Amino acid sequence: MAFNPQIGTDGKLKHLLTIEGLPMAVLLHVLDTAKSFMSVTAQEVKKVPLLRGKAIFNLFFEPSTRTRTTFEIAAKRLSADVVNLNIATSSQTKGETLLDTVANLTAMHADMFIVRHSQSGAAHLIARHVGPGIHVINAGDGRHAHPTQALLDMFTIRHYKGGFNRLRVAIVGDILHSRVARSEIHALTTLGVPEVRVIGPRTLLPRQVEKLGVQVYHDMTAGLEDVDVIIMLRLQQERMSGALLPSAGEFFKSYGLTPEKLARARADAIVMHPGPMNRGIEIDSAVADGRQSVILPQVTFGIAVRMAVMSILAGN
Amino acid sequence: MIPPDAERLLAALAEQIRRDLKPGTAMVGIYTGGVWLAQRLHQMFGLATPMGTIDVAFYRDDYRKTGLRTGVKPSDIPFPVEDADIVLVDDVLYTGRTIRAAMNEIFDYGRPRSIRLAALVDRGGRQLPICPQYVGAQVQVEGDELIELQRDQSGRLALAVTRRGA
Repeated sequence: MAFNPQIGTDGKLKHLLTIEGLPMAVLLHVLDTAKSFMSVTAQEVKKVPLLRGKAIFNLFFEPSTRTRTTFEIAAKRLSADVVNLNIATSSQTKGETLLDTVANLTAMHADMFIVRHSQSGAAHLIARHVGPGIHVINAGDGRHAHPTQALLDMFTIRHYKGGFNRLRVAIVGDILHSRVARSEIHALTTLGVPEVRVIGPRTLLPRQVEKLGVQVYHDMTAGLEDVDVIIMLRLQQERMSGALLPSAGEFFKSYGLTPEKLARARADAIVMHPGPMNRGIEIDSAVADGRQSVILPQVTFGIAVRMAVMSILAGN
Repeated sequence: MIPPDAERLLAALAEQIRRDLKPGTAMVGIYTGGVWLAQRLHQMFGLATPMGTIDVAFYRDDYRKTGLRTGVKPSDIPFPVEDADIVLVDDVLYTGRTIRAAMNEIFDYGRPRSIRLAALVDRGGRQLPICPQYVGAQVQVEGDELIELQRDQSGRLALAVTRRGA
């Protein structure tokens, strides 16, 4: 097997960098543990003492509200001390390298780094250079991976659908620029979803995407036929160079999720979106706010899933 | 050693608890064996307060040594803990560390008026100042022996003794 820096020599998960290559048992351990963390919100004191005395650094080199905040809440519910670094105003802009930044934070006794970076592989780079006992979680690197988003989406699917092995799941929109889509495809296939479809225009699908074990559709109406789960993706205009799209209006006409297109899916299908949503570009407000939407529960589940990942890593 | 009959011990335990029951008494079982026992006792007494369950995994003091195990169950305390009289139920009382963890967890839900501890068997070996109010039996178990509660398909409870590492 190829070198996997996530797994230590004792076979335990040390870092969470990508879903690719993780066995089903590891994914299920996270999902089961997250389910147990859901009950912490029922407590008067919404905290458990697992990570008391641990210092967790949120290193966000790219803007994020939801992911950074839910990581912060998750860490605080585990009783850890959280430091948020606003990188845009930090020494990186003064020319310090990524590894020097991390070395300095390690000297401040960091126990865990949550890393978001526009460069694919940034979290891997950090994980390869930190000392033993320090854990790294990838909170999104370029177009590569966003493993905790994929895990919280799997948690959401399991919550509403009870399992994975009889589902048809469609991922719709800008697959090309989406680290979420890549992580999700790996998670869905590892967990035994028999049919994963990707739906999008040729210009927004990665070349040879079918090699990941998915069925490709360019026609959304056909692609949504009888699906149980619809995962909409954000159109990432900030990552696009050149003319991949005619216009946002054209995109909505073909690939925006409207009530009419949603009607092609199963009547009990759920609609998901990792956020932030572009209403009127990839999703109609009537769907985003409709009864099949589970977009806000996804955010809530994200806290429990991140608590699970952090507490599993810190204990290994 | 030959373990005592769990069903007989449960009946003895129930008699002790019954004397102290009040109308609002709540019951919380600790996974896994304590939950089985609490279910039986809760039904036997016909308690009005719904039963609670606790998995102490998130409150254990050996997390730094052993990490988080798989199969953690969600804790569920479906009654207001504030001012409640709680009977906490476990199968085997040993070092007292599980009870310490369970009490810390209960206090994160509120401030109970009282917590009383019921254990099916007490094998001694306490490492913390924890003392049960209700005990089915005191048992002598060698240090390298493990005594645990088992439940068969019909719901019948039995104690089993195994040697560690055997």
